[in-house]
Amino acid sequence: MARNVLVVGELEGAGINSTTAELLGAASRLAAGGDVSVTLLGAAAAEAAAGAFAAGAGRAFVAADGAYDEFRADQWTAAVGDAVGQSSADVVLMAQSSAGRDLGPRLAFGLDTAVGMDCVAVEDDGGTLTVTRPCYGGNANATYSFATSPAIATVRAKSQDPLPPQEGASGEVVELPGAGESRTEITGREMAVAEGLQLQDAPIVVSGGRGLGGPEGFGVVEELASTIGVDKAAVGASRAACDLGWYPVSQQVGLTGKVVTPDLYVAIAISGASQHMAGCSGSKTIVAVNRDPEANIFKASRWGIVGDYKEVVPALIEALKE
Amino acid sequence: MHFVVCAKQIPDPETPPSAFRIDESTNSVVPAPGIAPVLSQFDAIAAEAALRIKEAGDEVKITVVSMGQESAQAAIKQVLAMGADEGLLLDDPAFLGGDSYTTARVLSTAVEKLGDVDAVFCGRQAADWDMGQVGLGISTLLGWPAAIIAKDVQVADGRLSATRVMADGFETVEMALPAVVTVSNELGDPRYPKLQQIMRAARKTVTSWSAADLDLDPATVGEAGSRLKLERLFIPEAGGDVELIDGETAQEKAEGLVAKLREAKII
Repeated sequence: MARNVLVVGELEGAGINSTTAELLGAASRLAAGGDVSVTLLGAAAAEAAAGAFAAGAGRAFVAADGAYDEFRADQWTAAVGDAVGQSSADVVLMAQSSAGRDLGPRLAFGLDTAVGMDCVAVEDDGGTLTVTRPCYGGNANATYSFATSPAIATVRAKSQDPLPPQEGASGEVVELPGAGESRTEITGREMAVAEGLQLQDAPIVVSGGRGLGGPEGFGVVEELASTIGVDKAAVGASRAACDLGWYPVSQQVGLTGKVVTPDLYVAIAISGASQHMAGCSGSKTIVAVNRDPEANIFKASRWGIVGDYKEVVPALIEALKE
Repeated sequence: MHFVVCAKQIPDPETPPSAFRIDESTNSVVPAPGIAPVLSQFDAIAAEAALRIKEAGDEVKITVVSMGQESAQAAIKQVLAMGADEGLLLDDPAFLGGDSYTTARVLSTAVEKLGDVDAVFCGRQAADWDMGQVGLGISTLLGWPAAIIAKDVQVADGRLSATRVMADGFETVEMALPAVVTVSNELGDPRYPKLQQIMRAARKTVTSWSAADLDLDPATVGEAGSRLKLERLFIPEAGGDVELIDGETAQEKAEGLVAKLREAKII
C-alpha cells in the first residue's frame, strides 16, 4: 500500500545528520511508491536539501530561517504541521532526539492523532503500519498499530538503515514560512560535551557503574579507554553513577541518557538494570567485569570476568599494552 | 499559587528481570508476587520539584492527581506524605485500557475543572510504558506552554523557568504561567516522608472524580478512545551465552579476555 511519508530532518553543519539519512531510508521502504518528503529547518536548510535528495527524499519542505537553529518546540511544531498538511502525510518519522522527544507529542496531540515514542522498528505488517518500542525499562517490547492518521513515530538512532547515497539525485523544493513567535524564551545554555570522540560515534565504549564505589573509580575506566585508543574508545556511565554525581550527565548511557551501538561495549561494575541495557543492548559485542557472577549484565554479554574491577581493570590495561 | 502534580502507580521497575512476566494472551504484565506497585519514581521527583518551590516561601497549594483505580490511592498518599496538600483520584471503569492520549485528556480535563491551576508538574515519563508524552499532551490540550526533562524548576513573577537536560548540555527556558513542566532524575532524589507525615496523609480524604464528574464521554477515554492499539507485548531475547573467562588471578583472566578480543579482531 502506497503511503506518503514525511521525515523531520535535523541538520548538522550544512547537511542532514546521519539519523535523518536513516529515517529517509526507512521512509523509502515504508512509502511503497508513495511520496517521501523531508522538512529542513534552519539557516543551512537550502544547502542541506541536496543531501536529503541523495538519501531518498523526493521533496524537501525548506525554511532557511536561522531562527529554527535554536530548537523551539512550538515553532517547529507549527512548521512540521504545515508540511504534514501539504504532503498529505500518512506517516511522520522523526528521531528520538532532544528535538523529537519534544516535537513528537506536541505534533500528535495538535493533529489529533498518536505518536509512538522511541521506536526501534517501524514496519508494514500486511498493509498495516506497526511500530515496536521498548517499555518497562527495557524489560519488554510493545508493538502498536494506529487508529488515527497520520501515524507518528520517534525513532531510535541507528535502528534503521540508510539507502546507499544517490549522488546528484534531485527533487522538488517547497518553501515553508519562517519561524513565528515562540512562547518559550531561551535564557541560558551550557554545553556539557566531553572533548574528543563522542559517545554515539565511538566504535568502543567503556562504561562504569555504581559498583565502582566512588568517582575515583572512573580514573581507571578512563585509563582503560585511553589505552584502547583515544580515537577509538569513549567513556560512558550508568544512570546510578551519574545520579550520584560521579560522572557527567552528558556521558550517561541508558533509557534516559544516550543510546549507543558500538562494536564493543565494556561494562565495568555495572549491574545491568534494564534501564541501562536499553542504552547499550544494540552493541555488537558486550563484555562485562563484575564481582557478582549473578549480575544481569552477564546475561547480555559475550564474555565476562568475575572479579574486583580494582584488580581486573589494571590487569586489562597491562594486557592491552603487551 | 496552585500546582498540580500528576502521579501514576506502576509495577515496581526495580523488579528483577528474572521475576518479570508477561501474559501474552492479554498483552499485559503479570504482577510479580510479593512486589507491591509503587509511585513512578519520576513522578516523585516532579513532586519534589513542586515542594521545593513551595518551601522557598511562596504561598502554594499542591494537589496531587492520579488517574487510576482505588489502589492508586497509595501513590496519592505518598505524595501527600511528602507534603502535598490535596489528593484527587480520577477513577472510572471507562478510563481503563487507555493510551497516552486518553490519559492526557482525562488529566487535562481535571486540571480545567480545578480551575485555578498555575502549573502542572509531571515526571519525564512513567517508568512502566516509558512513553514520555502525557505532560506535553496535557499542555497541548490546554493550550499551555511546556518545558520537558527539567533538572531545575523555578516559578516566580508569573513565569516558569526550567533548566532542561539536553543531549549536548543544558538549556534554561522561560515561559508565562500557566505552564506544564516534566521533571527528570537529574533534579535529585525525592524526599522520604517522616512517619508523622505518613500518618497524617493516611487520614486525609482523597476526592474521587468519575468520567461523569469530568463531563467526559466514555467513548472518548480508556480503550474506546485510544489511538495507539497495543498489538503485542513481549519479552525481547537477550544477547545470551556469556563465556566467563577462567583464571587463577586477575592477570590471567585479563590476558584471557584480551586474547579473545584480539582473536575476534574486535580490538
